[in-house]
Formats: sequence, C-alpha cells, structure tokens
Amino acid sequence: MTTMRSLQGQGHHLSDTFVQLDVLNNHHAGIPPFGARMEAIGLSPLKPTAIDTLQVNIGKMCNQTCKHCHVDAGPDRKEMMTREIMEHCLDILRHHAIPTVDITGGAPEMHPEFRWFVGEIRKLGKHIIDRCNLTIIRANKKYHDLPDFLARHEVGVVSSLPHYVAGRTDRQRGDGVFEASIEALTLLNRVGYGQEDSSLQLNLVYNPTGAFLPGDQQQLEADFKRILKEQYQIDFNNLYAITNMPISRFLDYLLSSGNYQAYMEKLLESFNPAAAQGLMCRNTLSVSWDGYLYDCDFNQMLDMKVNTLAGPHIKDFDLEALTDREIRIDQHCYGCTAGAGSSCGGETV
Amino acid sequence: MEKTYYYPEDLKKFGSVREFQPELGEKFFNYYNSVFKEGALTQREKALIALAVSHAVQCPYCIDAYTSGSIEKGATEEQMMEAVHVATAIKGGAALVHGVQMMNKAKSILM
Repeated sequence: MTTMRSLQGQGHHLSDTFVQLDVLNNHHAGIPPFGARMEAIGLSPLKPTAIDTLQVNIGKMCNQTCKHCHVDAGPDRKEMMTREIMEHCLDILRHHAIPTVDITGGAPEMHPEFRWFVGEIRKLGKHIIDRCNLTIIRANKKYHDLPDFLARHEVGVVSSLPHYVAGRTDRQRGDGVFEASIEALTLLNRVGYGQEDSSLQLNLVYNPTGAFLPGDQQQLEADFKRILKEQYQIDFNNLYAITNMPISRFLDYLLSSGNYQAYMEKLLESFNPAAAQGLMCRNTLSVSWDGYLYDCDFNQMLDMKVNTLAGPHIKDFDLEALTDREIRIDQHCYGCTAGAGSSCGGETV
Repeated sequence: MEKTYYYPEDLKKFGSVREFQPELGEKFFNYYNSVFKEGALTQREKALIALAVSHAVQCPYCIDAYTSGSIEKGATEEQMMEAVHVATAIKGGAALVHGVQMMNKAKSILM
C-alpha cells in the first residue's frame, strides 16, 4: 500500500481553510451564493430540526491518504482527541437524548482510547457508528480483533468502498486498498456483519472516483450487492451514495485536473430543494478532535465553528442555544443539495 | 461567424434551441427526457446505448455528455469501450455488408 503526504504535510496552500473558502467564493464564474439559493426556497436562515447524531471526529491520523479526503487525514497527521474531551462528549450524551454517536477520523480505531470510548458510549445505551476504512483491520496485528470488538459492542460499521472494480478503488484510496478492503469485509461478514439473520449493520459508502456526481443509490447498491457476492462472497446491508465535497484534497484534485468550474456548475445545475430540506446539518452536530462544535464534518474541515451565543466549544454545550442556532453555510454546501442529496448516510431525498 | 464549429460550452446551451422554435423544442426535450427515464432498460443501459450512438454519429457534444452520464450511472471504463466497439462494428459492418452489392454488380458486368 502506498501513501502520499497530507496537504498539511506538503505545506500546500489549500491546507489553509481561508484559502479554500477564498477559492470557493471567488475562483469561478456564475455560481451564485449558496445562501441566495436557500433564501429563494425559504430556507434562510437554515435552522436545525433536532440533534439526533453526535458525530465525533476523534483524530486525523489514518493509515491511508485518499485523494478525495475532506479531512486531509493521513499517517502524518497527529491530531487526536484527548480523554478530557471524550469525557465531555460522554457527559453530554449522558444528559441529553441524542440517540446516535458517529465516530469518525482519520481512522478512529488508531486512537489509543477508541475502545474505551466505544465501551463508555455503549454503557449509555447509545447506538454507535464506526466509520471504518476497512484496511485498518488488516494493517497491524493489534487491529486484527477489531471485527470481534465491534460486534461485541454492537457497533454499526460504515465503510468506504468507492467501486467494485479494484483499479477504481485503488486510484482513489491507494494501491492495494481494494484487496485489503475485501479481506476486511470477509472478516466482518464472518463475525456476523451484513448477514441476513444478524443485527450487525455493515453499510458501504460509494463516492465517485472523479469529478462526477453519484448515480442512483438503489441501482448502485444492487450492482455492488450482486458483484461483491458473485466475485467475493461478501454481503452488506446498505450502500450510501455520497457526493464528494469541493473542499480539501478533493478541491485540490478539482483544481489541478481542470475540473473545478465544471464540477461547481454541475452541483449548481443539480440543486434540489427537497435535498436542501433534508440536509444532515439540521440533525447532526459535529465535534472536532480539539472539542469544537460544528454544523457538520465539512464545516469542521473549513473551521466554520457553530454560531451560538453559548460559545463554540463542547465545554460551552447548551442544547437550547444549539437548537436555536443558525447553521453556517458556504459554497461547498452545494455538494449536499445536488441531485438526490448527500449526507453521511447517503441520499437524503 | 465563429472560427470553429464546436465549442464545449455550447453543450450547456442545448436547451436554447427553443428560442427560435419554442413549441417543437419543448416537444423534443419532453420526449428526450422521457426516453432516458428508467424503463424496460435501465438508465445505465440507455446511457451506454447513447454513448455508442454518439460515436456512430460522431457528435462531440454527445460523447462529452454520455461519457459523464455513463460513469455517473455506474458504468465501468471496460463497459464504455465495449459500447464504442459495438458502434464501430456496426459502422464498419454497414460499410462492409455493401461489399455484397459491389460483388453483385461486379459479377453482373464481368465475364
């Protein structure tokens, strides 16, 4: 498996969130402000409906350096959530009726406190999602028992597999990733994930391997199910089709490949008011490794902290103020409103 | 007059053909959109047929649109190239099958 350095590790200008926002706002022609589109359909200001999911990004370290990664994660990223911040998250979960905790990274399993954190969340009776890159399970002996651990704690697994053609997956996620992912999926199936008679959920994420939008989620799911079963005897529950956001490394790809303008136009052309209604930022709250709160994981990566009077840090958590906040939007939000919509759980329409 | 017949950005202006004849333009686009809806053929199968036809009629706008369209609908590179070979086989075959006509004529006038 080969890896490249993160944008931050390269000292790339796009690792600066101000530069990304400047590109998104000023480096294309004819893309109206996202806010104006939302205003035209009566969704301005954009307000939350509830907080159903606490998405906790526990660190940016990853064993992969995927070309489209909006986190700019990689082996060279060392940011990790402290136990103190995790305790704050647990405290909030203990005192509020937030049913789901979505743990992400980086590769969250690389965090030394990952298993402790999962165990503590389970004690609170919350549903847990682990955004697992699959290859981590095979990356090192110490992770080989992850399928058993996750199954024991009834953790739902959500894993990226951008294509059932090995070359397509490897071009985005690194050489050898497809083969290692198939091995990991086999191990997850073996402990009951994705099986008909099991409650252990294994959901795959399809995201386009280039400058195009995802096709119909149902059709893609049917293709993935048929081909993964026929060729690799792999089962899974659902496929989530997710649009690539024009930020971070995917933004770098769009700019360097000359696809940026056309991609933004495509997102604009595909703006769907129904998808705007169901935006995930309306029922999710995202926490960064250093404890700041964001409307979504993408706003987190653009360092657009929540806009509340109570303050943007988890130490300032105030459910009432957060439920009443105005969600921050910018040009990247066109990614979540295109076509059938896009969220961490796939289509929204 | 433009210096070239083809501009990639003109693809996005396709809908503007309604400007000179709105009624027929509207009818065409309604028909066009219905054709590409999921039916007895999947949207991907239709996109691949469109890609093959695009090559047969050598329409750069159509090749642009249906390469993206086929990929979005989940087609692989291999499937897309096979579609192009189908177009090639039919176009080549169409020329070659007329060889029979040539042979018939030749045989009719040769001793």
